[in-house]
Amino acid sequence: MMPELGQLALALAFCLSVLVAVFGLAGAQLGRMRWMAALDSLVLGKFIFVAFAFVILTHAFLTDDFSVAYVANNSNSLLPWYYKMSAVWGAHEGSFLLLVLIMAGWTLAVALRSGELPRTFSARVLGVMGLLNIGFLAFLIFTSNPFDRLAPMTPADGADLNPLLQDFGLIVHPPMLYMGYVGFSVSFAFALAALLSRRLDSSWARWSRPWSNVAWAFLTLGIVLGSWWAYYELGWGGWWFWDPVENASFMPWLAGTALIHSLAVTEKRGTFKSWTLLLAITTFSLSLLGAFIVRSGVLTSVHAFAVDPTRGMFILAFLLVVVGGSLALYATRASVIASRVRYGFWSREAFLLINNIIFVVAMAFVLLGTLYPLAYEAVTGGDKISVGVPYFNAGFVPLMLLLAVALGALPVLQWKGTPPGRLWRDLRWMALASVTLGVGLPLLLTGALAWQACVALVVGFWILGTHLRDLWQRGRRGLGRVPLAYWGMFAAHGGFAVALFGIALTSVLSVEKDLRMVPGQTEQVVGIAITFDGVAPRQGVNFVADRGTFLIEENGHRYALHPEKRRYLAREMVMTEAAIDAGFLRDVYVSLGEPLGDGAWAVRLQVKPFVRWIWLGGLLMTLGGIIAVADARYRRLRRRAAAPAGAGAAA
Amino acid sequence: MTEAQSIVNFGRWPWASVAARAWRTLLLLWVCATPAWAATQVDIYDFPSPEHEARYRALIAELRCPKCLNTNLAGSDAPIAQDLRRTVHKLVSEGGLSDAEIRAYLQERYGDFVLYDPPFRPDTWILWLAPAAFLLLGVIVLLRLLRQPPADPLSAAESERLHTLLNRNSQDRN
Amino acid sequence: MSRASLFVPLGVFLLIVVIGFFGFRLSDPHSLPSALLGKPFPDFSAPLLDDPARLVDRSALLGAPVLVNVWATWCPTCKAEHDELLRIGAETGIRIVGVNYKDDRAQALDWLVRYGDPYEFVIEDRDGSLGVELGVYGAPETFLLDADGRVVYKHVGDINPRVWRDDFEPLLADLQDD
Repeated sequence: MMPELGQLALALAFCLSVLVAVFGLAGAQLGRMRWMAALDSLVLGKFIFVAFAFVILTHAFLTDDFSVAYVANNSNSLLPWYYKMSAVWGAHEGSFLLLVLIMAGWTLAVALRSGELPRTFSARVLGVMGLLNIGFLAFLIFTSNPFDRLAPMTPADGADLNPLLQDFGLIVHPPMLYMGYVGFSVSFAFALAALLSRRLDSSWARWSRPWSNVAWAFLTLGIVLGSWWAYYELGWGGWWFWDPVENASFMPWLAGTALIHSLAVTEKRGTFKSWTLLLAITTFSLSLLGAFIVRSGVLTSVHAFAVDPTRGMFILAFLLVVVGGSLALYATRASVIASRVRYGFWSREAFLLINNIIFVVAMAFVLLGTLYPLAYEAVTGGDKISVGVPYFNAGFVPLMLLLAVALGALPVLQWKGTPPGRLWRDLRWMALASVTLGVGLPLLLTGALAWQACVALVVGFWILGTHLRDLWQRGRRGLGRVPLAYWGMFAAHGGFAVALFGIALTSVLSVEKDLRMVPGQTEQVVGIAITFDGVAPRQGVNFVADRGTFLIEENGHRYALHPEKRRYLAREMVMTEAAIDAGFLRDVYVSLGEPLGDGAWAVRLQVKPFVRWIWLGGLLMTLGGIIAVADARYRRLRRRAAAPAGAGAAA
Repeated sequence: MTEAQSIVNFGRWPWASVAARAWRTLLLLWVCATPAWAATQVDIYDFPSPEHEARYRALIAELRCPKCLNTNLAGSDAPIAQDLRRTVHKLVSEGGLSDAEIRAYLQERYGDFVLYDPPFRPDTWILWLAPAAFLLLGVIVLLRLLRQPPADPLSAAESERLHTLLNRNSQDRN
Repeated sequence: MSRASLFVPLGVFLLIVVIGFFGFRLSDPHSLPSALLGKPFPDFSAPLLDDPARLVDRSALLGAPVLVNVWATWCPTCKAEHDELLRIGAETGIRIVGVNYKDDRAQALDWLVRYGDPYEFVIEDRDGSLGVELGVYGAPETFLLDADGRVVYKHVGDINPRVWRDDFEPLLADLQDD
């Protein structure tokens, strides 16, 4: 009975979405105040129904209701309760329901916090989001119903959640990622509302900035979590593969980064207006394209959800309508009048423009590489080609280095222009210091030079150096006076530099050894002594395992690592759980291969210096995005908007 | 050479080899359904020198498993991946072939598909040249936006005053 | 910035949709087109399954169109296509040569006794090295060679009546005309 209630709830939410779309868009167009006033309750009602459906599905998992097909395919009575809860989004239907829930949540948030926006404008924003909700709910209800029943052929037990997903990573990665994907629908809606109302001044940018920053922060976090999860889960020490599904999340991030910077310029300077509109549309379009890539089976990936061409067609059609429609709207309504504000090359505007260009070029590059095999196969009538890591790194690395150099110059640049003499004076010592540190440190510490690492170090020190210097100069006038928005920028750019360090250093300095070890054997890896102490069986909740023991001695410090080889009972899958000693400066990574007889095992030992810096950098960026939004400026705006209303009422 | 720098990178871009470092993945069912498993495959091979081993690791990271759903040879446990790793090992250690020759060897047998680094040929020119074209386009856009004449040119004195006003208040520098 | 240039993003997007649409009509992600099409069958030297002391090479495949079928006892799909192979051999008289891929010799011989032997002879490829030469990555796979030993066609997966009729028969007709 409960799953049917869930279906009903989704249907009701669908109807409410239709009302939101109609009342919002038609209401704003026709000036119907009462329609627009009803929006808040409609949006709340829709959220409640979707949340209700989600709770019902979760309940079905927790109570082992295997009459529901989705539960039977993704759960098992032996599964621990926390994995049952996260199994709700472990496969296509449930994860899409999560997406819909998050969508409803963001719509509600916008409705609740749009007090200072003009009524017609916020109505349009909600109307556009309502349209998106319609599409998402229609997709869910008609092609991917999570509440489909198997009854009367209810199985005795479920097929179990894929063991690779029985992990903390599943609990956090998809929700954060979806928060980001869907969060950009808010900027998208703002952009469309601006186009629809022909209100193309910079006010829409100011209003949508906090939303975009938060969405970006979540997307950054989602990607970081995904990379980290893959690293420790998959057993090989890899953290990024340029797989189509990974690219599907990275492209919106690249466009989104360009967007948040562009919004800043549009708000403060009134330029880049059309650029910013296009970016807002593009970022969310890439989220939708990402959904298409992941769920249609059109591109080959291990991460892709179950392949179903009908679903793929639906998403493609939805994509055509939403993105095609918005780009057509943009093409017909965006202003062709160029902004009259001029700026020189050595100005913030120009460098932010450079930033935008680099990110958009990077995004186009990743898009090209991801879709190329598909296009190639279509055009040649069947020949297959692969585009992988070597290609993506070849293009991406130089772009990021260019960006990093530009980023380092940024703190010293002023709006409209900076006298070149002054620029040189401010930057030359920093440039010298970066080169010295970047080349000197590795020489000092390791006695050798890997030029790739040096370039990254120089550039990373360059960014940190100029930013720290700028902070110090501001701080001299009182640290308390430094606005939160500045701290946000500082954290985000610093995070970028930290991640850069991590990526470069771990790529160059990582060491890996595959060897045969017998109990009692000690192996030296980069000065760390690793002793194999045999393997013992262990019984887990829903698996049986061989548990290895490795005793490590490093710089006088001793500890043990226990990698496992697990066999999951329900799916008969064998999985390797690597053992990692995570450290700020390095990870020690041990995994078991196959038993070789007589107690000997094939073993993989890895030492990966600075690998954590990659994710720490990402976390700093996330933090930066959130801090920037907490800035008092946004709160001040609301108080200022409230005051005239109060004054008006009193009059 | 100390172990700290034992990874010498190859290929056009040095970070290519390691950023691609093996992802273990779910094994896909073969055409005739061998059991699926996702275990770490650790091959114990001997190499004449650390350079040979580094070359081997770089090669198996940039060669694709013909059977799997987007995995390199290093990250796959499919039997064909094991066979191909063994082949690469033999070619590196005993065959005396260069990296390019080994790639060509596999390309002759399995087609372009098996190379993650797409070849540079007329039919892949778009792939390799378009990104540079994008960047060029970006530079052109940048230059055009910067070179537009000002709407109402300011006099020298007005420019100076504007400059002072804009940069006086430190709040504005954000 | 002209109005026309604002339509560029829309144009690019529509191109992407077209590419995406074509994605649905594409072949199975598991099947790889053969790199050997149009090329001579590679030379090799391998033992016969039933007489390991005797080695065969490429010359044994020349003279008439021949099907080279890669199979193994651990492969259920090979079992499924086996009857079809027997039928094809009996009805068309085409030469069929087997390659026993990464298998156990005793089991393979026993299998042929039990289920029938459509093969003129079977080459043993115990470690898969011949398979690597052929670009084989699983079983069953079947090559069609012309009389000069050139690879005309490769089929991945089992041969069933429909596949035989639609894919192989037209090619065979062409070969026999020559």
